[in-house]
Amino acid sequence: MDNRDLLVEVKDLKTYFYLDEGVVQAVDGAAFDIRRGETLGVVGESGCGKSVTARSIMRIVARPGRIVGGQILYHRPGNGNGRQQTIDLTSLNPQSYEMRTIRGAEISMIFQEPMTSLSPVHTIGDQIGEVIRLHQGVDKDESRQKTIDMLDFVGMPLPDRTIDQYAHQLSGGMRQRAMIAMALSCHPSLLIADEPTTALDVTTEAQILRLMHRLQDELGMAILFITHNLGVIAQMTEKVVVMYMGKVVEQGDVDTIFHGGMHPYTRALLESIPRLGQKTRDRRRLAAIRGMVPDPYALPRGCAFHPRCSFMKPGLCDTTAPSMQEVEPGHKVRCARYTEIW
Amino acid sequence: MIKYILKRVLMMIPTLIVISMISFVVIQLPPGDYLTSYAASLRQEGDRVDEAELEMLARRYGLGQPAYVQYYKWVSGIILRGDWGQSMEWRRPVRDLLWERMALTVAISSISIIVSWFVAIPVGVFSATHQYSVPDYLFSSLSFIGAGLPGFMIALVVMWIAMRQFGLNVGGLFSPEFIGAPWSWPKVVDLLQHLWIPVVVIALGSTAGSIRTTRANVLDEMNKPYVETARAKGLKERKLIWKYPVRVAMNPFFSTVGWTLASLVSGQTLVAVVLSLQTIGPMMLRALTSQDMYLAGSFLLLLSTLTVIGTLISDILLAWVDPRIRMEG
Repeated sequence: MDNRDLLVEVKDLKTYFYLDEGVVQAVDGAAFDIRRGETLGVVGESGCGKSVTARSIMRIVARPGRIVGGQILYHRPGNGNGRQQTIDLTSLNPQSYEMRTIRGAEISMIFQEPMTSLSPVHTIGDQIGEVIRLHQGVDKDESRQKTIDMLDFVGMPLPDRTIDQYAHQLSGGMRQRAMIAMALSCHPSLLIADEPTTALDVTTEAQILRLMHRLQDELGMAILFITHNLGVIAQMTEKVVVMYMGKVVEQGDVDTIFHGGMHPYTRALLESIPRLGQKTRDRRRLAAIRGMVPDPYALPRGCAFHPRCSFMKPGLCDTTAPSMQEVEPGHKVRCARYTEIW
Repeated sequence: MIKYILKRVLMMIPTLIVISMISFVVIQLPPGDYLTSYAASLRQEGDRVDEAELEMLARRYGLGQPAYVQYYKWVSGIILRGDWGQSMEWRRPVRDLLWERMALTVAISSISIIVSWFVAIPVGVFSATHQYSVPDYLFSSLSFIGAGLPGFMIALVVMWIAMRQFGLNVGGLFSPEFIGAPWSWPKVVDLLQHLWIPVVVIALGSTAGSIRTTRANVLDEMNKPYVETARAKGLKERKLIWKYPVRVAMNPFFSTVGWTLASLVSGQTLVAVVLSLQTIGPMMLRALTSQDMYLAGSFLLLLSTLTVIGTLISDILLAWVDPRIRMEG
């Protein structure tokens, strides 16, 4: 078992969007823990609630979305005196001073599209220096020096020139480096990375992933890594949370999930990864998960996955919502039939 | 940046040449030449026609000679001597008439535009950040009414209120005793007392439109990922709204400076007629209706030139505020 200190505990988090068409239960009872310095992967299809979970932790869920239930306990590391403080982020006003001192400084985030996530009309240095001045209370000259150091730290070539450049003058990889420099400039204890490499080509993706590994080794922050790419999960994370329709359907350490995944959805995801050489060996078509993600306004009764599941048992899966079962310590699965089907 | 500006300035030249040709054609459009009608109108009013003066004018403007000679004389007169020709209705050089009114026109219009931006931008931003709230609906309704009501109607209503309720002396820019009087301190005070009505009326119309533009632009920008990035930094909401989406949403304002400059001078003609302002609009209208062609042609040339210069200013401003455009130039 992992005995590192808990950093963030997400408990039964519910974030709903109140739209004219109805209520979308984007996150509906998500629960997981993040320990200090660990990397937790969150995986799932588009619309499964991964990004909303991340934004809930940051408290930047956009209207008409709202956290309606659950807790996000943030165990704030003590400043040298060893005493830590526990804050329920869901109880804070998103605009409050306390939340704003946490957001961007202690918990920071990088986004999917580094081009559009940077302002087109402000220089890189302006946007990074702003965070440093905001949270560290330093003057312009000092923040400029710190920005250059930070750009250098994330492997930006010619940092003292790049600092005065605009997003459109940089390549995709450089932009994401700038975003990472911005997010890490105040040495957060948790970095949330929302599909940070999805918009990049594979070579650049590999560079950014290596960079994040190195930075984590040096700075020791925890990373919540959101992606739909299982390859990236395998490479980057220690533990994995699999989400489906706003719920965590399986969680465990990365080896368990990849080699002993229990939930039919996890299995289906794994089978949909193309492997080199696979076709010549067993002449099999690449498995796709059949069906579509359900309509978020009308979730199926029972287990949300049952219309797409090959092990669906009428009268059980389509009537009762399964609860989270502990298979072994640290490995949980939300499936009524996991003992029967494997 | 300097290269970009130079390029733009050079590109203006052919446009200006074409504009001057069109203006010249307009001057030539009415049947008969200008001198004949000038002499006719003099005779009609019983004035003595000075043949020597007519002769001098004919030589100066190349009348009776081929069109290209006349065109050349007209254009070179403007460029080299600042001679815009002769207004037959006013019997004065066009130049004198133009500059007299230009200053007042630019003053009134620029004050109105600044006033309208000072109102429209904060209101538009508020409407966007409080979308679908009661104040948003209120501002939206007001701005639709403002945009829908014709300016001369607002002018009439404001004049009526000012006169009936406050007993103010309305209409015109000066009290009668100051019209034509040399500039003095009391005249300036008098101008300021009269100025607010045209400023309010002209500003109202453009404020309504600017509120809608600001609101729509800010709404567009507010959902962009870079705003979320700014929020994720822990910035205060108000600060980040003004620094990021509003900043980007202002770009269209800079790009409309081009048209604004021309409408500064010619726009609001109806309002100016109703309020009897001594601005350029009513004068141009009169020049057109009375076929005072040198005057009308000069206005046409001036307004088109202002549009071209305005576009140049827009381009430079946009390049200055938007680094993405700077790069392409």
